[in-house]
Amino acid sequence: MGSSNSTLSKIPNLGRLIEETGFTPAHIKRLYKRFQALDKGNKGYLSPQDFGSVKELATNPIGDRIIGAFFSQGQETVDFHSFVRILAHFRPLDKNRAKRPDSPEPINSRISKLRFAFQLYDQDNDGKISRDELLQVLRTMLEMQVTEEQLESIADRTIQEADLDGDNAISFDEFRKSLEKVNIEHKMSSRFLH
Amino acid sequence: MGSKMESSLLWLLLFLCIFSTPTDGKPMTILGQPPPANISGTNLTELSIVSLHWDHVTQPYIVALWIFVTGLAKLVFELNHKLTATIPESALLIFIGFVLGGMIWGADKAQTFTLTPVTFFYYLLPQIILDAGYFMPNKLFFGNMGAILTYAILGTVWNAVTVGLSLWGVYLGGIMGDLKINLLEFMLFGSLLSAVDPVAVLAVFEEVHVNEVLFILVFGESLLNDGVTVVLYNVCDAFVTLGADRINAVEIIKGIVSFLVVAFGGALVGVVFAVLLSLLTRCTKNIQIIEPGFIFIVSYLSYLTAEMLSLSSILAITFCGVCCQKYVNANMAESSVTTVRYAMKVFANGSETIIFVFLGISAIDPEIWVWNTAFILLTLVFVLVYRIIGVFALTWILNRFRLIPLEIIDQVVLSYGGLRGAVAYALAFMLDGNKVREKNLMISTTLIVVYFTVVLQGVTMKPLVTWLKVKRTSKTEVSLIEKLQNRAFDHILIAIEDISGQIGHNYMREKWNKFEEKWLRPILMKSSARKKQDQLFNVFHQLNLKDAMSYVTEGERCGSLAFVRSENNVNLDFKKKLASDISDIMPDINSDSSDTGPYTIPMTCIMQDNVPTVCLDVEEDMRGKSMRDTENINTHHVLQMHLYKARKQHRHRYSRKEMGLNKDENEVQEIFQRTMRNRLESFKSTKMGVTQSKKIKPAKKDQIPNGKHKTHSFEDADFSDDNVFSSDFAGGVASGGGGPTRLSIRSGGGIENPAFMPDVDHASPLHTPPWSAVVDDGVAPSQRAQVQLPWSPSNASRLTPLRISTRSNDSFILADRPTAQGEQPPPSQPKSTPK
Repeated sequence: MGSSNSTLSKIPNLGRLIEETGFTPAHIKRLYKRFQALDKGNKGYLSPQDFGSVKELATNPIGDRIIGAFFSQGQETVDFHSFVRILAHFRPLDKNRAKRPDSPEPINSRISKLRFAFQLYDQDNDGKISRDELLQVLRTMLEMQVTEEQLESIADRTIQEADLDGDNAISFDEFRKSLEKVNIEHKMSSRFLH
Repeated sequence: MGSKMESSLLWLLLFLCIFSTPTDGKPMTILGQPPPANISGTNLTELSIVSLHWDHVTQPYIVALWIFVTGLAKLVFELNHKLTATIPESALLIFIGFVLGGMIWGADKAQTFTLTPVTFFYYLLPQIILDAGYFMPNKLFFGNMGAILTYAILGTVWNAVTVGLSLWGVYLGGIMGDLKINLLEFMLFGSLLSAVDPVAVLAVFEEVHVNEVLFILVFGESLLNDGVTVVLYNVCDAFVTLGADRINAVEIIKGIVSFLVVAFGGALVGVVFAVLLSLLTRCTKNIQIIEPGFIFIVSYLSYLTAEMLSLSSILAITFCGVCCQKYVNANMAESSVTTVRYAMKVFANGSETIIFVFLGISAIDPEIWVWNTAFILLTLVFVLVYRIIGVFALTWILNRFRLIPLEIIDQVVLSYGGLRGAVAYALAFMLDGNKVREKNLMISTTLIVVYFTVVLQGVTMKPLVTWLKVKRTSKTEVSLIEKLQNRAFDHILIAIEDISGQIGHNYMREKWNKFEEKWLRPILMKSSARKKQDQLFNVFHQLNLKDAMSYVTEGERCGSLAFVRSENNVNLDFKKKLASDISDIMPDINSDSSDTGPYTIPMTCIMQDNVPTVCLDVEEDMRGKSMRDTENINTHHVLQMHLYKARKQHRHRYSRKEMGLNKDENEVQEIFQRTMRNRLESFKSTKMGVTQSKKIKPAKKDQIPNGKHKTHSFEDADFSDDNVFSSDFAGGVASGGGGPTRLSIRSGGGIENPAFMPDVDHASPLHTPPWSAVVDDGVAPSQRAQVQLPWSPSNASRLTPLRISTRSNDSFILADRPTAQGEQPPPSQPKSTPK
């Protein structure tokens, strides 16, 4: 008991973090321990190299992009708050929180989950998935047997499916619409252990 | 009007059958032993030309007639959509069963047709379960395995025990009067009634379209708990035989152990057979016609083997289907996969129909009806109430562990979906009348429960689901972006679990996938099939195929490919659309010129030269339209359309042994002869094409230099189809500025392999019947067509080289080889376009 309190007390602005992310203190505590484990040398922040030590990520085709998503533009570090905030995207939706109309969009809402996914594609942050960006993702996600030409036509076809305004790129709106039927709440949620 | 006629005709037919069946049935039961003194045998003085041997065919004939009648019954329902929309088919079939049973009883004064457990368990049930297992959405199934197992095992045991105990309690209270049932028999009864029936559940839920999670829960439960019920039943049955006094703790523990052994042993048998089956399909390439048969027979063997070992046969065949589907589908030829798919549905649906009809018929038998109001009503109430309690209690526990908790309305539907069916009836029928003295009461109660749940709950299920606003599945069209995104979600979740350092569901799945990929696939899957495993790519392939089909339909609707032939407006229109599509589909033309082959740059020129402004306009236009419209006209359809046709065309020449495969020597010979005949004919009939022959030559020259580059890709991709076709058009392409270049690339394949080139002109008449007529007015069509078609092949080569059957064309090419080799690669052109 005492130890849990002492762990939590090390975290600044705990109340706000809980309010913002919806994690329980137990969650936060667990994540904090994880954060410390990842944080080689107790810097108080994580660098991309720290993520590199998670060896499973290396075999994940889009692992690099996901790591990238933890770092806001131009920054090389991520502190605990941002770390938790990113992870909070993957908390399952809870109905109780969503009911307060005046509260800001919860961090784990469908739309922010989608936005997270969208940003993995949109590497240049122009609000659009261009054909090239899509192609890059496809290249990493499809197995080697698929030839470059096939990849390209898959990319084209994919864009064609989603592209409503004909700019040969997928905007976030188009992205959202094309995935309307997908159960994002389910597919972008993970069960966080206490 | 037409449909009315049709329906009345069908009714007539149906009634004819109905009336004929009982009278046909009579001889069997009434005459029985005496050899048919009837019919023509009486006059032995003359030689009878025709004689009737009813006795020879009685049994199979009646079976066949039954199947026929039940099939017809189904057909008749489907004519009236309003009826099937409100009352589920299963209920209607039971009603038909009542009617038929009444007739039989009226004729025979006894119920001569009943559903016997042997028929049910050996001939009717396996295919239904196999179908369910084979089409099981594996990811969903295993993803919800925990919940399914909880419901299937705990829920079923709960149902059995509570219903049995409560009935016994009430019986002790004395409401039921004097029944000769002891506690164990109540338990036995409870266990046979405990299982939710997959046949009934499927029949009802398939029409309701609840969301997939809910569906897999109900359905998975119903599938697995059949195994559980049968085991429970056997254990209880053994206890009853043993007698109450000899049951002690040891026996009970033995019972539990045997329960586990039977259930898991059954599943294991299924897995073993699934492995066998997968291995088997690795090497059935040469006997493709009977390949699909293996699926059925091996699965059935797993069922029988499990039965033989007194393990759960239902679980065995379920797991056989679940485990083999992936490998089998990858190993077998596409046509076999389709065959299995349809045959499976035919069998399953057929026996489902028969089962329901027989459930109805069984009721019309006064012998089995023993009425005990209290017993029957209370059973009904207990069955319903305990199902609800069980579901809610188990869900409450499950929800503590579920990522997405089940909502109250889901639970309501889940408990209301507890339909009992034929399994319960068959088990009741199997009761030993000597040991269980109130067997008939149990049968009639079971029947009442079955009717109540199937008919009443079945009918009210749809309104309930609508009223509760249960999340439904929307009919989803496969789309690439969804598939891609789903895959991305998987990766993201795994990464997140890795980062946050927890071993979760996704982590486990990933581990399994890795294991499967590393160990299972190399063993169970053909190496060629492994390459095609990428799902994303499969979706892509399917989409392309669909496009191709709709393209053909579209084309035929406008008068059999007339749009390709007629030069004027239609053609123009097509050209426009084509242009717009090109920009969509053909990557190398558009932006990305960096990484594609050497032909990229010429292509860009072509684009600009050939299809100027129109392209832009229409592009806008097309984009506005719905996706499907656009897709219909995609360029690559042209190609695939022809491929498709080609296969069709090839098919009707052949025979029992081979369908898609034309590798047979004789066939090759035949194709060759055909081709030659065709050439002769076209030679005679075509006096034009002067212009062509001139133009062809430049094209040919082009082919040579460029061709080499792409050659390998054809061969790798098995794409000779396109080659043949594209080269067909290569003929006159010269006209369109860049055309030749484009084409030449394709036909370049022909340089190394001359076989690809020569049949050029003949390819089209052979492939597409409509075209053969066209040959008469020269090669002109293809010349016109070139303008569009040049594009298609190159596209398609990129699109779907994988699955398109090469076979038909291979042989086709082979057939032509003799001619081809004699001359230069493009020899046929001069030939067919003489002068």
